[in-house]
Amino acid sequence: MPVTDAPKIVTRRLRQDRSWTLESYLADGGYQGLRKALTMTPQEIHDSVNTANILGRGGAGFEAGRKWGMLRQESPVYLTINGDESEPATFKDHALIEGDPHQLIEGALICAYVIGAAQIFLYVRGEFPLALERLQAALNDAYGYGAVGHRIFGSDFSVDIVVHPGAGAYICGEETALLESLEGKRGYPRIKPPFFPAVMGLYGAPTIVNNVETVSNLPWVLLNGGDSFAALGDGRSKGTKLLALAGHVKRPGNYELEWAKVTFRDLIFDPRLGGGIRDDNNLKAIIPGGVSSPWIGPEHLDVSLSNEAIAGIGSMAGSGSVIPMDHTTCTVRAAWRIVRFFHRESCGQCTPCREGGGWLEKVLERIEAGRGREADLDLLMDICDNISPGVAWPPAQTTICVLGPSMPPSVAAGLRMFKDEYLAHVREGRCPFPPDRLPRRLARV
Amino acid sequence: MPRLNPDNLQRALDLIALYPQPRSALIPILHILQEQDGYLSEDGMNHVGELVGLEAVEVRGTASFYDMFHFEPVGRYLIAVCTNIACMLQGAYRLLEHAEERLGVAPGGTTADGMFTLEDAECLALCGNAPCLTVNWRFFGDVDPEGFDALTDDLRNGRLDDEVPPHGTLIRVRRSVGLAAAGPTDEATPQSAEVGADVDAGPAPHRSTGPAVELSTHRTTTATNVVDAAHLEGRQ
Repeated sequence: MPVTDAPKIVTRRLRQDRSWTLESYLADGGYQGLRKALTMTPQEIHDSVNTANILGRGGAGFEAGRKWGMLRQESPVYLTINGDESEPATFKDHALIEGDPHQLIEGALICAYVIGAAQIFLYVRGEFPLALERLQAALNDAYGYGAVGHRIFGSDFSVDIVVHPGAGAYICGEETALLESLEGKRGYPRIKPPFFPAVMGLYGAPTIVNNVETVSNLPWVLLNGGDSFAALGDGRSKGTKLLALAGHVKRPGNYELEWAKVTFRDLIFDPRLGGGIRDDNNLKAIIPGGVSSPWIGPEHLDVSLSNEAIAGIGSMAGSGSVIPMDHTTCTVRAAWRIVRFFHRESCGQCTPCREGGGWLEKVLERIEAGRGREADLDLLMDICDNISPGVAWPPAQTTICVLGPSMPPSVAAGLRMFKDEYLAHVREGRCPFPPDRLPRRLARV
Repeated sequence: MPRLNPDNLQRALDLIALYPQPRSALIPILHILQEQDGYLSEDGMNHVGELVGLEAVEVRGTASFYDMFHFEPVGRYLIAVCTNIACMLQGAYRLLEHAEERLGVAPGGTTADGMFTLEDAECLALCGNAPCLTVNWRFFGDVDPEGFDALTDDLRNGRLDDEVPPHGTLIRVRRSVGLAAAGPTDEATPQSAEVGADVDAGPAPHRSTGPAVELSTHRTTTATNVVDAAHLEGRQ
């Protein structure tokens, strides 16, 4: 079975005792990837990473090597690691930072060596104090060990790392918003073009922003070669992928699996993985790649969990979060909660997102509360169309970033797949699922 | 209201030294200010503005963007109940309603004794242990109403003081070395090498449901067993 045979590239140490300490890391070959990197030229490593074809693990799926290649040649150059994980139901980077902070540091150092970074910033979500503590403690130890700072391991390569806390804003996971936040400003995504921080990033300097999981692959790639990495997976989806399984399954958790070799059915039902739907209920729908992605139905259970295959059925692999929902789930309430999230987290720069999110939330709330009208179904699609014209996938964009266009998919997929359910809410004047009401009090947005 | 005290002022200056531009240290310093006073006071923000070269309005304008910052005093324990999709599917709103009844406050409210502030939070990235909550951003997973009651009892009685320090996300974070890439200098390094004692013990608590979560570092309280958040592959 391909489900368990592939090596664990980024998670193999997480089960070890005190996996976050330097002793534990060194006992398992820690920092050997960096030592090897320092004997190679940056170009050789870059070639190897290109061979490995590491797709960015943050959600967009852009090749890391290609991103590095777009760097504007000017100094200084900065490296920023995106550890602001806040996509709902995604909890893989959280586990990687807390469980194996040295792997992240080593991966970041390898990347910094390739791109010639003047400084590395590890941007960690502010709500992760334990991750911040372990990462800073690991960094202190790494300095003491000679892996960071002046003339690393006696080479000519020197670089400093700073652990930087966020302060609670989903939008700061968007790379240009993250850079604004790192500059000490409100986390407003920047107007494009320039599209890539590799051209103009932190303080206007060329900057690479990579996800935690992406760079955590680098030590293994250095030691085992880009070929070994590319031998895993299929198509563009190479290596392994850390999948965060949550929702109505018996065994939620993070599963590192060979990419493109496992189907939704394997992930959800294999007894070694998800173990099936809770209480052996029927599967109703799956959110396949974070709550920005269009939902899919049980008819797609045999689709491979690869970037291309999921794109082929009109959705996306996204952040690698998979949320199965069982037949007791009210899809109106689920869509309402997802839209409410985006509305709360909208930065407010663009009207379609700022206003449209609130309208969608209010209309969904009144349908759920039994006060909806049949015309509300058209109204919802109309609002979606104003946020993302055509309500297609991939979504058209009327906004600076993709937060706004992330709202329509849950609503549109819900209406497409479960229109009868929406109508039942309207015609019966109540939610047909228990409990048939929303919470009494909702926090103000 | 107070400005940064001398110790925290030094921490702030050490932070500023880490960045190419002082303003980048703004958010970390605001965390320290909030740790000191429990919220961001006007005087405190003015002081931070002086340190990083910003007007008061720029400091407040930036801080108000971020959900973690408070501009009014909050309770000793900030309880954030996640109600986002993964937790909602596992009964988060029942948990939130129970919390409201138990504490007698709505989301955003603080108990009369100043002990608890309740929040309705977005995804906290502990979705494998839904429904989850954080107390001063320390994680508790698989929380049911009984677990919530036991948890608040333990907090009131000081039984979780090790696991749940006063709030402040950097309260146990200390950098022991300054910027070193340019080469050793005599006075560049802040030498507060002490890292919070609990870093290694590293709790991220949730209720234990069996031995399968192998990286558990158990530490039993009456409310929960404490295990590592970086759990893998099911919790059975």
